[in-house]
Amino acid sequence: MPSSDPYGDLVRSPLGRRLTGALGLPRPAQLRRLEAGTPEFAGDVLVLGEGPGAEQARALVSAVGARPVGDAPAEGGLTGVVACFDAVTHPGELSATALALGGALRSLGASAHVVTVVRDPEQAEDAAEQAARAGVIGLTRSLAHEMRRGGTANALLLRDGAALSDAGPAGALAFLLSPRSAFVSGQPLPVGPGTPAPSSPEGESEAPLAGRVAVVTGAARGIGAAILRTLARDGATVIGVDLPAAGEDLMRLVNELGGTALALDITAPDAGRRLLEHARARHGRLDVVVHNAGITKDRMLANMDAARWDAVLAVNTASQLAINEVLLAEDARDTVARDLRIVGLASISGIAGNRGQTNYAASKAGVMGLTAATAPVLAARGGGITAVAPGFIETEMTARIPLLTRELGRRLSSLQQGGRPEDVAEAVAFLASPGASGVNGTTLRVCGQAMMGA
Amino acid sequence: MSTEPRTPATDRPALAGGALRPAVVVGSNRIPFARAHTAYREVTNQEMLTAAIDGLVARFGLQGERLGQVTAGAVLKHPRDFNLTRECVMGSALSSETPAADVQVACATGMEAIGTLADKIRLGRIDSAIGGGVDSISDSPVSYTDGARRVLFDLNAAKTLKDRVRAVSRLRPGHLVPQPAGAGEPRTGMSMGEHQALTTHEWGITRQAQDELAAASHQRLAAAYDAGVMDDLVTPFRGLTRDNNLRPDSSVEKLAKLKPAFGRHLGDEATMTAGNSTPLTDGASAVLLSSEGWAAERGLPVLAEVVDVENAAVDFVDGRDGLLMAPVYAVPRLLDRHGLTLQDLDFVEIHEAFAGTVLATLAAWEDESFCRERLGLSGALGSVDRAKLNVHGSSLAAGHPFAATGGRVVGLLSQTLHQAGEGSLGLVSVCAAGGQGIVALLRGR
Repeated sequence: MPSSDPYGDLVRSPLGRRLTGALGLPRPAQLRRLEAGTPEFAGDVLVLGEGPGAEQARALVSAVGARPVGDAPAEGGLTGVVACFDAVTHPGELSATALALGGALRSLGASAHVVTVVRDPEQAEDAAEQAARAGVIGLTRSLAHEMRRGGTANALLLRDGAALSDAGPAGALAFLLSPRSAFVSGQPLPVGPGTPAPSSPEGESEAPLAGRVAVVTGAARGIGAAILRTLARDGATVIGVDLPAAGEDLMRLVNELGGTALALDITAPDAGRRLLEHARARHGRLDVVVHNAGITKDRMLANMDAARWDAVLAVNTASQLAINEVLLAEDARDTVARDLRIVGLASISGIAGNRGQTNYAASKAGVMGLTAATAPVLAARGGGITAVAPGFIETEMTARIPLLTRELGRRLSSLQQGGRPEDVAEAVAFLASPGASGVNGTTLRVCGQAMMGA
Repeated sequence: MSTEPRTPATDRPALAGGALRPAVVVGSNRIPFARAHTAYREVTNQEMLTAAIDGLVARFGLQGERLGQVTAGAVLKHPRDFNLTRECVMGSALSSETPAADVQVACATGMEAIGTLADKIRLGRIDSAIGGGVDSISDSPVSYTDGARRVLFDLNAAKTLKDRVRAVSRLRPGHLVPQPAGAGEPRTGMSMGEHQALTTHEWGITRQAQDELAAASHQRLAAAYDAGVMDDLVTPFRGLTRDNNLRPDSSVEKLAKLKPAFGRHLGDEATMTAGNSTPLTDGASAVLLSSEGWAAERGLPVLAEVVDVENAAVDFVDGRDGLLMAPVYAVPRLLDRHGLTLQDLDFVEIHEAFAGTVLATLAAWEDESFCRERLGLSGALGSVDRAKLNVHGSSLAAGHPFAATGGRVVGLLSQTLHQAGEGSLGLVSVCAAGGQGIVALLRGR
């Protein structure tokens, strides 16, 4: 595929590097992403902080196959840092670990991942404690802006008395330290204790979705196709859903991955029932639902008509509500797993708003709303519902945005580049996996810390 | 070696002493049909049939599956495609260990494929199969004249320069005129349309009745697409999502404006136009057949049972019958075998080669003396309720890629019967060149 980011290509050339350096222009780094055949975790991960979190972090870093170290090596090359603030009760206690973290930054290798660990400020006992915990989020967001060479910084917020070593936080930490989260930066991720995944003799990390059946709507092209591929890579049996008119692309993808194709208009009144029947008859179960299908019909609100408004709300939001209702109903229990995981696609437009997108922003903010509201239902059955809010992602759709607007969309983020469909897919695959059992009701941004709505 | 039978007789296939078992239709897939030299101008038969099979594979999750057999064919087939179906299987997502065969019974090719595969399943020789067909006018072979071929063969055999010069010197300009494959009957030199024009005239079928049938075909197929009836029957191909011959706004008034295209020698009594005749079309279809057990093991649906198939042929050269009238004979024989009448059928699919073909067929069954004298019945076979006839449109709207029509109709009718409910009965009738026809009885599941 020819690159649609000529500036990014220029910056990575020797001449371009000198030119952009001399002019003080943005210099986006090549992000390290998960590739087949290369280990997900390698190298040294610095663990900072006192208290139970640090001890548990060292064990978790070892468990995923990296090497925990206590001091930044002089020769550099750190692949990650876990900075544990989980015991802070007063803002005055932040400085030691924060400054140690600062001292280690020059030792980071390319595409390094910094994770701060802190208890969720919303669940603090008193003002001083909440100030300290909230402070860590502020520190992390600022650090994300300061990261160089494609590095990221995110905050893992322990909720509901969770220990870092519990299944939920352990899974989230692994994701945030992994190249799978290459385009996630500046984000706080609240995580509860979660539930340990049933042990698998084949090794969980290799195929976290082995034996599970996952459906993805809007799967024929773009981000949906990347999600279908990633879920299949992670071991899931996939059901690709798209409009009948997208059948040719869907057919090729499904035949390549193995699985089944279902031609379905998700706004049809019987869409949920047909989806359930397909899963029941063909696969006998359903463990993961990814509501990816979405449309834009942009107009300034002054020029908006009912057709454009209603179509966007119907596809992007109402279809998710209607399908969830069918899948969560009592009579679907023979097929739908107790620990069902639902992932909806939101957008940073739904967080920050975007000129010309009142309908789209309403629909995507709606997805975040329904995700939060449905979380208790899923929690009661041991599952989860989450959303992913992509920022600027390089797709066929964004390639059609006028050049200047496109350049702004790309560069106005800490990573100074657009993400790839695979970046969104990796976040969805994590949230769909048993490793995300501690994450529920949350919307995770995959935006390279876009300035929009930050 | 033990002589003890390892399998009790009741569990054995019919071939080995067990009972016959039903052959069922699991589902079907086709690509949208395209008028010749339009959307699929650059596409080969092999690409189209592979796409039809791959759509079926994706719909039912059959990637890497070894099926019992795939049988299909093309009427206009290039000699290089001698192993067309096998090549399509090897290029598809099916296991390459799936055997394949080509068949050819003109416009009834798909019906022959489906009928013989159903019999193999019933006998227990195979458990699963795909039957279908493909045709392309756009990819049809063009051959040299016999004279040119003779020269080329002699040139190839020539050993000396003198022999070569002698061979080439026999070449005449007329030899180089290409010979496109045609739809003409070799024994009469007449096109299919001209043959049908005679039959249409003989049965007194009016222009009005033909145009009404054509308009209804377009309107019904358009409504079927709009209602999602085609969602599980068609997979888009090369940017085409619906049959491009389909004219949803077709009406009797618009069709009445067309000039006759066939039977012009009949003067004012010529009634067949481009509007009430099917156009030359490119397309492919595939139907997944299996035993009930094979479908159940995979959680696949069962839409209908292929109850029986009947082939017939008429002597249109020296005899009294029209070229496309063989189904008129086949249907009463098929129904009689099962103790059924036309009135027992819930749906009737008569392939619309021409509107006149369908109407002449219906007229013949309503004609008491014809049914007595020619079909050997005690009276008229009876009328077909128009509300049961081609309920979602037929070839006048969809088009007719010769070998692909049988799969299109069997797939559509199976879904229709499944929705109508268990035990509903449907008839398929497909006429073919050479005075042939194949009809089938399907029962809904």
